[in-house]
Amino acid sequence: MVLTQEKATGGNASDVGAERLERVTRAAFRIRHHALNMGEVQGQGYVGQALGAADMLAVVYADQLRFRAEDPHWEERDRFLLSTGHYAIGHYAALAEAGIIPVTELETYGSDNSRLPMSGMSTYTPGMEISGGSLGHGLSIAVGSALGLRYQGSDARVYNFLSDGELDEGSTWEAAMGAHHHQLGNLTAMVDINALQADGKTDTVLRTEPVTEKWEAFGWFTQRVDGNDAGALLAAFDKAAAQAAGVGRPSVILCDTKVGRGVPLLEDREKAHFMRIEEHEWQLCREQLTAGFEGKAAR
Amino acid sequence: MSTATTPKLKTSAMIASFADPGQKTASAPFGHALVKAAQENGKIVGLTADLGKYTDMHIFAQAFPERFFQMGMAEQLLFGAAAGLAETGLIPFASTYSVFAARRAYDFLCLDAAEPNLNVNIVGGLPGLTTGYGPSHQATEDMAIFRGMPNLTIVDPCDSLDIEQAVPQLAASEGPTYLRLLRGNVPTVLDEYDYTFELGKAKVLRGGNDVVFISSGLMTMRALQAAEALAAHHVDVAVVHAPTIKPFDAATVLAELNTDRLAVTLENHSVVGGLFETVAAAVVTAGLGKRVVPVALPDEFLDAGALPTLHDRYGLSVQRIVAKVLAELG
Repeated sequence: MVLTQEKATGGNASDVGAERLERVTRAAFRIRHHALNMGEVQGQGYVGQALGAADMLAVVYADQLRFRAEDPHWEERDRFLLSTGHYAIGHYAALAEAGIIPVTELETYGSDNSRLPMSGMSTYTPGMEISGGSLGHGLSIAVGSALGLRYQGSDARVYNFLSDGELDEGSTWEAAMGAHHHQLGNLTAMVDINALQADGKTDTVLRTEPVTEKWEAFGWFTQRVDGNDAGALLAAFDKAAAQAAGVGRPSVILCDTKVGRGVPLLEDREKAHFMRIEEHEWQLCREQLTAGFEGKAAR
Repeated sequence: MSTATTPKLKTSAMIASFADPGQKTASAPFGHALVKAAQENGKIVGLTADLGKYTDMHIFAQAFPERFFQMGMAEQLLFGAAAGLAETGLIPFASTYSVFAARRAYDFLCLDAAEPNLNVNIVGGLPGLTTGYGPSHQATEDMAIFRGMPNLTIVDPCDSLDIEQAVPQLAASEGPTYLRLLRGNVPTVLDEYDYTFELGKAKVLRGGNDVVFISSGLMTMRALQAAEALAAHHVDVAVVHAPTIKPFDAATVLAELNTDRLAVTLENHSVVGGLFETVAAAVVTAGLGKRVVPVALPDEFLDAGALPTLHDRYGLSVQRIVAKVLAELG
């Protein structure tokens, strides 16, 4: 197991490298597999979001983030701030994949006395930097973390994972302005654009588009990619790293994802914020996930 | 038509001082105390939401420009970022008006700072009735809002001495704090008493056989003045200053309350959810059958106007306190 992951170097955006791609793709498969197992324990949960965001989380934990699995509070670590607390199921899977929490602990997800509550909290889980869940907080905290690290001479980076639903929150835009004003080049935001919120499709709840132009107007280095394409994600992170400076534009990677990605049964199901999966379907989901992954690997 | 005999109208100046004419004051005690604390502790940083000049944070910003972060008129960002700074090991003091901290940014303070118990220090200007601008600026219920927040320490200082001594203690204490800021030319009162500020402690400033005042914030100044005035009426008044509202020093306060003396609480805050109810809860919890008379702001949205007019109208003036005590004593 790789216990210490050093910072990835910015490479050629057109060629992210077969080894990196393979590593991230395998990590994404395992994160999805873990998420299905966790969802089965509860019989429900934010499985759709975890599957959709698995590639983003895999790129972060298998390629980008500098951390020490045995020392989650290592001062020089990069910070990954999960703003969307309900995505914790996916984040726990990524933390297990990274070796920060044991895989065997994942089955306690959402149970009494578990370190893995349904909505992520820093006070419960090693590697969970903030208590998200009240949406629209993460980017403001990230601004402070990035300011604090830079002020103290650290070259650590801050990553904030947020969702397109959080773009409804005014505080997200307060923070977007603040990050640009303070030229937080050590800050990267990743927005999961799955076009789904609690009450329905994003464009019926509160139109957030044009999202790209909004971030550009706020002064961010803005890229929009297929968030379920590991290669495109890696290239975007490389491009962001290549232009990054301690004092400079913050970066945002807007990631279009598909709820339930990797499991056709769920991809085709009517989309719901809180996806219901029948007892007999979990094994079918795992089989579909594995078949898809092996098919992809064989290509 | 108005004539030369028309009295000049009192106005509601923004930078209203509640200092009495000729009273000893200190200028911007918070700003200077923060600079002093920061000289000794390199972890201290300052933030504000476009109110640096109005919360005395500008003194710190001038002394330590590299340790000061302007967040703009964005209170959610202000306190979210303060939490992020604290997470990296720094000790932020973040200032705005109390109304914006308590009403607008509550969720951010609660979940980003209090739940993880981070050393985020909220500095709230214009607490209670310290401006004549009306409900948009008058934080008459700030303590009521904040008392429900777990982990949060609440300090309601009386004067410049309290503020100077509180700031380093707030920085040194674990977890989030809320300071009800007195700004500008702040009266210096407690230097005439055998007193030092201790976080979490109430102190008996003077003894008295007939009445016991339990007070916090600027109302301790008024309590001391009222005690002097009542002496002329042959009423002997004790004053207990309880600047830390949470956690509350119930032991000291209850020891003073549990006598035959008339008990009065005095606070620059709504009668709902502040010092009076803190004391009342302590009394009931201890099983004391003791009546307590509140001097506090009414449970209303208050008028705009000049501060002396409003303090008199709502019962915070020395004259109104004296009248109330004499009426209670029959």
